[in-house]
Amino acid sequence: MSSNDKNECLVEVKDLKQYFPIKTGFGKTVPLKAVDGVSFSIKPGETLGLVGESGCGKTTVGRSLLQLYKPTGGEVYFKGEKVTDQNIKALRKEMQMVFQDPYSSLNPRMTVEDIIGEPLDVHKLYSTKAERREKILELMELVGLNAEHATRYAHEFSGGQRQRIGIARALAVNPSFIVCDEPVSALDVSIQAQVINMFEDLQEKLGVAYLFIAHDLLVVRHISDRIAVMYLGKIVEIADADELNENPMHPYTESLLSAIPMPDPNLAKTRKRIILEGDVPSPMNLPSGCAFRTRCRYATEQCAKECPSLTDRGNGHFVSCFNK
Amino acid sequence: MSNENGMPKKNVLSAQIDLKKFDFATEEEKKQQDVMSESTTFFKDSMRRLRKNPLAMGSIVVLAVILLVIIFAPKIVPYGYSEIITVDGVRDKTAKNLAPFTYSKMEQQYMDKGGKVFPHIFGTDEQCRDYFIRVVYGTRVSLSVGLFASIIVLIIGVIYGSISGYAGGKVDLIMMRIVDIIYSLPDLLMVILLSVVLGETLGTAIKGTVFAKLGSNMLSLFIVFGLLYWVGMARLVRGQILTIKQNDYVLASKAIGTPAHRIIRTHILPNCLSVIIISVALQIPSAIFTESYLSFLGLGVQAPMPSLGSLANAARDGLTSYPYKLIFPAVTIVLIVLAFNLLGDGLRDALDPKLKK
Ligand SMILES: Nc1ncnc2c1ncn2[C@@H]1O[C@H](COP(=O)(O)OP(=O)(O)O)[C@@H](O)[C@H]1O
Ligand code: SF4
Ligand SMILES: [Mg+2]
Repeated sequence: MSSNDKNECLVEVKDLKQYFPIKTGFGKTVPLKAVDGVSFSIKPGETLGLVGESGCGKTTVGRSLLQLYKPTGGEVYFKGEKVTDQNIKALRKEMQMVFQDPYSSLNPRMTVEDIIGEPLDVHKLYSTKAERREKILELMELVGLNAEHATRYAHEFSGGQRQRIGIARALAVNPSFIVCDEPVSALDVSIQAQVINMFEDLQEKLGVAYLFIAHDLLVVRHISDRIAVMYLGKIVEIADADELNENPMHPYTESLLSAIPMPDPNLAKTRKRIILEGDVPSPMNLPSGCAFRTRCRYATEQCAKECPSLTDRGNGHFVSCFNK
Repeated sequence: MSNENGMPKKNVLSAQIDLKKFDFATEEEKKQQDVMSESTTFFKDSMRRLRKNPLAMGSIVVLAVILLVIIFAPKIVPYGYSEIITVDGVRDKTAKNLAPFTYSKMEQQYMDKGGKVFPHIFGTDEQCRDYFIRVVYGTRVSLSVGLFASIIVLIIGVIYGSISGYAGGKVDLIMMRIVDIIYSLPDLLMVILLSVVLGETLGTAIKGTVFAKLGSNMLSLFIVFGLLYWVGMARLVRGQILTIKQNDYVLASKAIGTPAHRIIRTHILPNCLSVIIISVALQIPSAIFTESYLSFLGLGVQAPMPSLGSLANAARDGLTSYPYKLIFPAVTIVLIVLAFNLLGDGLRDALDPKLKK
């Protein structure tokens, strides 16, 4: 990639690997390849959707990217600068995270004020107590929380409200990039749309970029500019959201798309639903060659022997498959 | 096909909701929807539960009474713990081994002449000292030993345990093996050995300092506690931290860039506070117990300073003639230990309702 491209990117992930050592007894450890060579880039103000079945390593991508786990391999660049142990402290102000579980992600012993105030305290983003309070109330308003509830404890709020508190906490340092790890999948369907709309509004107002993780395409399709599809620790297809919708190439993406319910009953009738057979293989014991071959309709002999890599199919559409 | 509500007519078998059965919400009911329940802190909630526990409240009362007595009794009772009773400035040799609330011959004569003598509530001992004040001082010593020893255990245990639990991995492994080694030492034997060895070496070192009054034995007791008894606390805190660490709010705090010591202080320790409080409440009686048996073996506080254990030890000699001399310190030990244990149990139920079976 040319240096021009690099500067254009806000976040760039190159060949990120995260192996977890798993003890199998008798002092032996086997690496669990949760993330195995993932690369992508995100431009300022852009949303990259990341989808895949649960357990395929989406959360791990987000956490390794933010150096919450020490990556086994690969590099992360922020604004062209390599993220290291030395500069990560300063970069924490730029890159934030919203968590999947609104219950365990808020300390039950803290008030909303203190939860949102923590990043302000840590980075000393205020000079007086009054300024701190003002900032907290501003943030609460920004995410649609009632300012009167600032002194309440997190356990007194509903799931949707808790998620808003978590978003306010992430926004407190005024980041330019947020990893949203399935921020709506623990919420009621009726609230999911509200929260997703809020993410969109916030992006419009603040120009923040998202890595938006979800386990189904329906949620991601709406908010993303581009979408990456993950299967067992690898990205198998990445393309613009519309392009991926209309022209899915990887057999796995095909099946994910076919699982989305269609609003138009006539269209739904003509479409065939592709049901994947078999279970997801264990990430500790991956099949040889293409990891998807145990469930793939198009699998050939070559798929068992060689590993496909992401190849450009034009229009920024990358697919990792021999036969599609 | 539609009724007055504009709804299609309902099929008999349909589960469709019949709007006629519903009323509009009144303004009051609507308001109820917005207002959240009264905000209570975790602490308030626990104290409310504690107040409902009669055993724990009884223990608090017992401890409060004991505390008041040991604070104010020396101000009211005109005898000192090492003072030999005198009547009108003359040493009273007849005031030996008096039974509770009795007076010696000299005191009797003095009272007949119109003098006033403060009663010997628990009688006197074989050296003509007021026994009540000795038990009061003994309780003071035993309680402060219990408290100080628990504070030592608390500080070392919490710091060690939280570092080990938070760091995890190899650090945790090594730190916990050290704990295991200390844990596997026979503690009674170690306490006695250390007391004897330290007692001798410390004796010369502290001569002339404030510690001399306490005696080298007492100091070595604290050191023994500091060296041996923190391991239980360290294990407990580590275990708690390992579970609390799994919560996403700790990860969120890391993502914010919060330094480790602040994460431990603001997120982790408050969430294992209940376990720590309970364990301290249970540590105090165990320290008092250890002090008592060491004193009983003659390894406790320096004479003439009494402790409940040494008083009980001294009472062995005349056990058949003066059994009350054993009963008073023994009952005090039992009351204190029991009260702290019941209070600890009560606190556990109040702070950790999940643990209650
Ligand atoms: N801290 C960890 N230690 C060991 N294995 C882990 C750890 N975190 C995740 N894994 C494993 O890595 C795989 C991917 O997990 P995750 O990233 O949470 O998937 P997803 O978010 O897509 O559901 C899973 O098999 C999971 O068991
Ligand atoms: S490479 Fe082969 S097995 Fe893998 S997705 Fe393509 S066709 Fe299927
Ligand atoms: Mg996940």
